Amino acid sequence: MSATGARAAEGGSHSHEGTYSGGLWSWITTVDHKRIGVMYGLSAFFFFLMGGLEALLIRLQLGSPESTLIDPDLYNQLFTMHGTTMVFLAIMPLSAAFFNFIVPLQIGARDVAFPRLNAFSFWLFFLAALFMNASFLFGGAPDAGWFGYANLTSTQYSPGMRIDFWVLGLMVLGVSSIAAALNFIVTIINLRAEGMTFMRMPLFTWMTLITSFLLVIAFPAITVGLVLLMFDRMFGTLFFNPLAGGDVLLWQHLFWIFGHPEVYILLLPGLGVVSEIIPVFSRKPLFGYAFVVYSGILIAFLGFGVWAHHMFAVGLGPVANTVFSATTMLIAIPTGVKIFNWIATLWGGSLKMWTPLYFSLGFISMFIIGGLSGVMHASAAADLQQTDTYFIVAHIHYVLFGGVMFALFAGMYYWIPKITGRMLSDRLGKLHFWIMLVSFNVTFFPQHFLGLHGMPRRTFTYESGLGFEAMNLMSTVGSMVLGASMLIFLWNVLRMLRKGEPAGANPWEGSTLEWSTASPPPHYNFKVLPTVHSRDPLWAEDTGDSMHPDDPSVPEPHMPGPSFFPLLTAIGIIVMAAGALTTTLPVVFVGVGVLLFGVYGWALQPLEH
Amino acid sequence: MKRGRRPTRAGARTWTGPLLALTALALGACGGPFPQSALDPASDFAWRLQDLFEGIFFWAVVVFVLVQGALIVAIFRFRERPGGPSPKVTHGNTLLEISWTLAPAVVLVLIAIPTIKTIWIVDSPPPGESLVVEAIGHQWWWEFRYPDLGIVTANEMRIPVGQQIDVRLTSADVVHSFWFPRLGGKRDVIPGHETQIWFTVDSAGLYLGQCAEFCGLSHALMKMELVAEDPADFEAWANGQRTEAAISDSAVAADGAQAFMQGGCIACHTVRGTVAQGVIGPDLTHVGSRRRIAAGILDNTEENLERWIRNPQDVKPGALMIVPELDNETVRRIVAYMRNLK
Amino acid sequence: MSHAEAAAIEVHSATGLSSRKILMWTFIGSECMLFGSLITTYLVYRGKSLVGPYPEDLLNIPFITVTTFVLLMSSLMMVLALAAVQRGDMKWGKIWLFMTALLGMVFLGGQVFEFNHFVHEGLTLKTNLFGGTFFLLTGTHGAHVAVGVIWLLNLFFLAQRGRLTQANAETVEIAGLYWHFVDVVWIVLFTLIYLLV
Repeated sequence: MSATGARAAEGGSHSHEGTYSGGLWSWITTVDHKRIGVMYGLSAFFFFLMGGLEALLIRLQLGSPESTLIDPDLYNQLFTMHGTTMVFLAIMPLSAAFFNFIVPLQIGARDVAFPRLNAFSFWLFFLAALFMNASFLFGGAPDAGWFGYANLTSTQYSPGMRIDFWVLGLMVLGVSSIAAALNFIVTIINLRAEGMTFMRMPLFTWMTLITSFLLVIAFPAITVGLVLLMFDRMFGTLFFNPLAGGDVLLWQHLFWIFGHPEVYILLLPGLGVVSEIIPVFSRKPLFGYAFVVYSGILIAFLGFGVWAHHMFAVGLGPVANTVFSATTMLIAIPTGVKIFNWIATLWGGSLKMWTPLYFSLGFISMFIIGGLSGVMHASAAADLQQTDTYFIVAHIHYVLFGGVMFALFAGMYYWIPKITGRMLSDRLGKLHFWIMLVSFNVTFFPQHFLGLHGMPRRTFTYESGLGFEAMNLMSTVGSMVLGASMLIFLWNVLRMLRKGEPAGANPWEGSTLEWSTASPPPHYNFKVLPTVHSRDPLWAEDTGDSMHPDDPSVPEPHMPGPSFFPLLTAIGIIVMAAGALTTTLPVVFVGVGVLLFGVYGWALQPLEH
Repeated sequence: MKRGRRPTRAGARTWTGPLLALTALALGACGGPFPQSALDPASDFAWRLQDLFEGIFFWAVVVFVLVQGALIVAIFRFRERPGGPSPKVTHGNTLLEISWTLAPAVVLVLIAIPTIKTIWIVDSPPPGESLVVEAIGHQWWWEFRYPDLGIVTANEMRIPVGQQIDVRLTSADVVHSFWFPRLGGKRDVIPGHETQIWFTVDSAGLYLGQCAEFCGLSHALMKMELVAEDPADFEAWANGQRTEAAISDSAVAADGAQAFMQGGCIACHTVRGTVAQGVIGPDLTHVGSRRRIAAGILDNTEENLERWIRNPQDVKPGALMIVPELDNETVRRIVAYMRNLK
Repeated sequence: MSHAEAAAIEVHSATGLSSRKILMWTFIGSECMLFGSLITTYLVYRGKSLVGPYPEDLLNIPFITVTTFVLLMSSLMMVLALAAVQRGDMKWGKIWLFMTALLGMVFLGGQVFEFNHFVHEGLTLKTNLFGGTFFLLTGTHGAHVAVGVIWLLNLFFLAQRGRLTQANAETVEIAGLYWHFVDVVWIVLFTLIYLLV
């Protein structure tokens, strides 16, 4: 099987002309981290827009009291999918897009440690995303919140397939994420260029490493929770059945033991991006590099010790509440340290006021607000008024949208020239920024007050006469403008593709290795692997001999060939999930068969062929 | 660098954005009055949390002003100027790092101390004597029992002003959360567990509450009301609640009683003193005297009762109340009976 | 599995260790969290079943001691297999690889036997919390053993066809890491479930 299988599946073009040339098949079988990064990015942005649409529908419904625009059933699906989509199908893959494209370049490598595993991670994510969203067409999307509390998610209270779509989709996404994280850990540990010690690594690579460790340690907790829930739903076990001695709180603990590190998984890459941009656009090195690195590590560690701050209203008792309040407050310290170091980097610099810096500054500003509301929640007693209200919704969006999305947009404006070889319009970028910044604040700032004035979250409507009307209307209007601001970005991207100026290797005068390659980089990245002697290799004076731009006398390095097996393996897993969803055993077996064929083909196919 | 850049113009263009943002911020706080507001405390519990919050808020504003201020100053002071000198290369300053690690730590300690004090008060059992009320969350209504007073009611809780109330909470189905914002924080209501919340209301009045943990289709429609009244008034109410259902005072109501008892109503509802002893739905013995029906979402009027009885799912999607087809006359009679149950 | 990656594509190592080995170790770290969460669930629900059968009614410690011993011996086989392959003795390498897989299968057979017995005594996944947590935890472990057995058999067959040689010692080492991990997990499970009833 293996030999013919390998030859049959290998197919595809070995085009070495351009980084992105070749037809659809070459993209389906690619194992090139740059192409995989592009695919992650495009998929993630698509799902970001989809999650945004879900949000706009939510805001339309909440724009007026007792509105009948959207019924509660649809509303509950919308807010569930909005959260699930934004967390798992937008922000995480958007970060993954950058991990993929940028990290190997930043560490002076030709690809990740396991290129086919990388392709597998992408395809599994992509298929899982389609799987979960297919629910809209087959009986309705999941509707018990992105956090799916037991026992609302039991078959008794959530009959039908909706929650099964959610459980299976998330389990598959977990496999995808863990596989990708394992890949990046090995890549960063083992494929760094000569001379690049850990303390010379770019900050973005550091944050990728830390995030990857968070992923491999946190995801198993939710995997177990999901397995318990799946067993309850499919096999009638009693894990979350209070009548049989089961404890619904076990779900909450398992979910949040994953869930809190998850928010740092969402955040740290953005922190990494901003830590790259600020020094470059200040024309001076990052202030306190080591402290910024250690802060990231500390945040990751402490992130595992704060989960029950999501459960302050559960009645865990004064000891638990005190401990978790304390650890939650503690985590504010390394976070603050990072912010101060960024400001210190700006201080005394010569700020290049271009779009990537605008978004980075917007990030810092909004993140300060989100972080401060976070400190307010950290007080377990005060949180009894805040939890489960719009005050939390405001906090979440200040850190995840005002924070992470602004940072990721900064990354997009910063690195798209490297990825496509063309410049985006700075004018349109700044327009995008201002409209986004203002409308974001109009949307979410009033929500702090809505929460404090008594509006709970996850409610499909609210009664008139409670004072919620004006602020909800303001929030809705803001959200519409916020949505529209994305169109400016899309227009900018389209314009760039048609007639963007060539970017050249290093349009921003960056200091890290990705800026030493052409834009876009050739498919092998570096003909000769670089040697570094400092943290900012392109700024240091002694790098003359270690940077070899594409030297025509050096032959092109051999790169791993394309493979269909990663996609096939991913298809096998999704088929198994579909079989489990519909409880049809034959389909599960077909999935297993496809999976095994994929795994064997992959294992027996040589890396280069 | 390849592309020359004009320095950005200071002046009107630069300030519009931030100014707009500021205005939006200011507007965000309007839209009152706010009858369900946590910022309008009316109990000892609520006051404790308010005081704590105000202290934290103060520090948050201080930090906000300092850090945003530093950021804004940095942005304006250090923008690139054409022909300006290259920035001095600095890599760090350990003293600064230590300072700005310790400073936030100090602020956090100042927040942590009142936090911990408050936690140990509110999360400990209530001191001294309390009136115990059991609150049981259902999809999508609240059951209230006063074990020491022999009272069972639903959705409307009445208590004497100035009396410490000890609420024991649990759920009959999924996780809900018990929350009267003006009376303090919320407490989740968890099947298989008993949780607790306690408070003393300081002034008479009507307090609005709402379920605060997503519990399914009609989570947004699971409300409750608390009436704090003079101890004498409360006594009167309690005595009234303890009595069995009122005898119908009119023919219509009597017909309604009959329709009620013979219809499926008794499978779910209790009307003490009659054959209706169902426990799935709210106790209706004194439903006529409640301000609202259907868990705080409809005023207790003839029209609303009719609307509810005719088609509960229309009012509250997913409601478990199953009503057969009823003709108008029957509905009218049952409504009359309900209104009679004071 | 063998790859023809040695000659053409440059293989790098900033640490001196092979990437595949680092991958397996990190994966094992993640698996620790997986089993940790399952074990925690088991412990949280210990003693909470409302109906029987209960652990003390069913757990047969002598029987499981034997199967545990078998699994431990399989780890010994694995060590011997790696040593043989590392010194180029493919004859014994194959034998020990096969023995490892065989003992793994014997262990699995013991698990199947025990599960069957429990079901006959009235304990299934949905009988009570003990049934749910016991079968889930030991079943997950068993599934990991099964994957290991399949992997080892594959290595055996590759060796039979001459496609696994001394040059692939690292592949055998990585399989060994996985196998030993699965064994260590069993030791923890055995202790918590059977010895600390």
